Amino acid sequence: MPEKNMVEAIHDTLDLLMAQDESVVMMGEDIGVNGGVFRVTDKMLSKYGAARVIDTPLAESAIVGTALGMAVGGLRPICEIQFLGFLYPALDQLISHVSRIRDRSAGHLGAKMVVRAPYGGGIRAPEQHADSAEAYLTHIPGLKVVVPSSAADAKGILVSAVEDDDPVIILEPIRLYRMGREQVPEQLYRVPLGTARIVQEGTDISVIAYGAMVPVAQEAARNLQREQGVSVEVVDVRSLSPLDEETLVASVRKTGRAVIVHEAPLTGGFGAEIMATVSEQAFWWLKAPVQRVTGPDVPFPPYAWEDWYVPSAARVQRVVSQVMAEE
Amino acid sequence: MATWPMISVMGGDTSHVSCTDEEALRIYQDMVVLRAFDEKTLTLQRQGRVGTFAPSLGQEAAEIASAHALEPMDWIAPSYRDHGALYVHGLPLDQVILFAMGRSGSYAAGVRALPSSIPIATHLLHAVGLAYALRQRAEPQVAMAYFGDGATSEGDFHEALNFAGVWQVPVIFFCQNNGWAISTAVSHQTHSETLAQKAVAYGIEGIRVDGNDALAVYGVVREARERATEGGGPTLIEAVTYRMGPHTTADDPTRYRPSGELEGHRAQDPLIRLGQYLAGRSILSAEDQERMAADSRDRINEAVARVEAMDPVAVEEMFRHVYQVMPNRLARELRDWGAN
Repeated sequence: MPEKNMVEAIHDTLDLLMAQDESVVMMGEDIGVNGGVFRVTDKMLSKYGAARVIDTPLAESAIVGTALGMAVGGLRPICEIQFLGFLYPALDQLISHVSRIRDRSAGHLGAKMVVRAPYGGGIRAPEQHADSAEAYLTHIPGLKVVVPSSAADAKGILVSAVEDDDPVIILEPIRLYRMGREQVPEQLYRVPLGTARIVQEGTDISVIAYGAMVPVAQEAARNLQREQGVSVEVVDVRSLSPLDEETLVASVRKTGRAVIVHEAPLTGGFGAEIMATVSEQAFWWLKAPVQRVTGPDVPFPPYAWEDWYVPSAARVQRVVSQVMAEE
Repeated sequence: MATWPMISVMGGDTSHVSCTDEEALRIYQDMVVLRAFDEKTLTLQRQGRVGTFAPSLGQEAAEIASAHALEPMDWIAPSYRDHGALYVHGLPLDQVILFAMGRSGSYAAGVRALPSSIPIATHLLHAVGLAYALRQRAEPQVAMAYFGDGATSEGDFHEALNFAGVWQVPVIFFCQNNGWAISTAVSHQTHSETLAQKAVAYGIEGIRVDGNDALAVYGVVREARERATEGGGPTLIEAVTYRMGPHTTADDPTRYRPSGELEGHRAQDPLIRLGQYLAGRSILSAEDQERMAADSRDRINEAVARVEAMDPVAVEEMFRHVYQVMPNRLARELRDWGAN
């Protein structure tokens, strides 16, 4: 089985999907001739032609808005938004139309489309290239929001997203794009949307994370095991919407403690939704208050401050230790 | 600088695609239906039987003749005022009334029309995408978006024209310049002399037509359609008309419309103009007109009766179509809803 990084896994999966279904088209800024700024669509233009690998004019609302028309018209568009922080002009399309067209047409029409967006900090990118905007998106009924944290998951999630009858936005953690390689099966396979993943089992505390925070949680778990003998269960939420309540709640009921990790600012962040769910469904199993490790309530800073902003394994370990000390 | 003549067929311009007498009669008949429908719905709204509603009074030629120029397999992307075009394109009146009653409904299976767009200009992009899909799938059809003068100030209008120009897809942007965006006059919307000239910046065709001249509207949309299906690219049509009624039933135009303006437009009432034209050609009698009006009222009353006899909405319907397959969490919310 070949070993791939996340960019290679996504690239090869797009290639398979384009090859097997002529209705699949890709569109975005600089995805054709240039192969995308992260090279996710490298060489696709020469393989599939400009009608299916569309270098669009520079306008995010139009990328998402025209994709909706294409989807209704029988194509399966996969949009690339160059960085998630540039998605905001397209929020109107996502909120007002893409997420609602099935409901507004009483189920007759659907937005069978995917939006991919690299996101998050950790690569010393310029300002406004590192936003974590997931909480704006999970508040949109009708839109599915998924976040892979490994190359193998990135493939299975992408296949499920493109085959889904409803619109899916995939947030691809920039920091994990080329972080390492792992075995990725060659054939098409699916990670069902709406399922979380237990990354490693543990008995003392659940650390719940997604995206680039999953490896951070894993590193913290290794250190905590080695240094303090704390057995951490690492849960990758993976699908923020729809949320796999069952897996999250079962983990917290088992361990009785939870820490939630995300890069986005604290207030109104997706961690609050997870805390609320745990509070509703696992309250009587809790041995200590649930805590969050997140970015502070400041705009994502210029990169000189990046290492302080993005949660680190050390911060996670510190908060886990505090929670473990509660009686 | 290019000038933007107003195309008017009834005024004697014979250089445009002409409308047969039979087609003109069908257009007139549907304009009568739309006028009667708006009058009925305004009454129903005052009686509390339907909610806020946007009538087309004064815009019947633009609404109806434009839709008559399309083919059944063309796509339309309407705004909230375009129930006339939806009706011509195949949407049953029942669905239009359901929409006005606050129930989902501006959609019918098999009719190639998007649900009416409420946000302004956002749906122009959908028409561009539909046109892209038509070309990619080798379907010889067009997509047409309906919108008003206010929409030309929105970013999505400009993005849509730009993408359409770059892609050269078979799309028609049909702008009804009715003079007003709620209380904002078109002169406050843009410093451009016309809306049609905005096409120039995007390298696409721009046409200005007398929107109260049903035959001219029919002709220019036919021509835009032919151009689009032959690979000639998109067209922006500015149909100059006048909103004789309020923006919606919640609006009071006396707050902003200069006194005397409405009266000045009454002579340009598109229904009267087409009626006189057809009478002048001896293909429409006074009896025909009375019969058409009576038939329209009967059909509309029957549709209202059918819709009012329907069961009230069920709470499950609010949940059913958000996703193709209801996620577990939403299913739990629905169960809890029923239990509360």
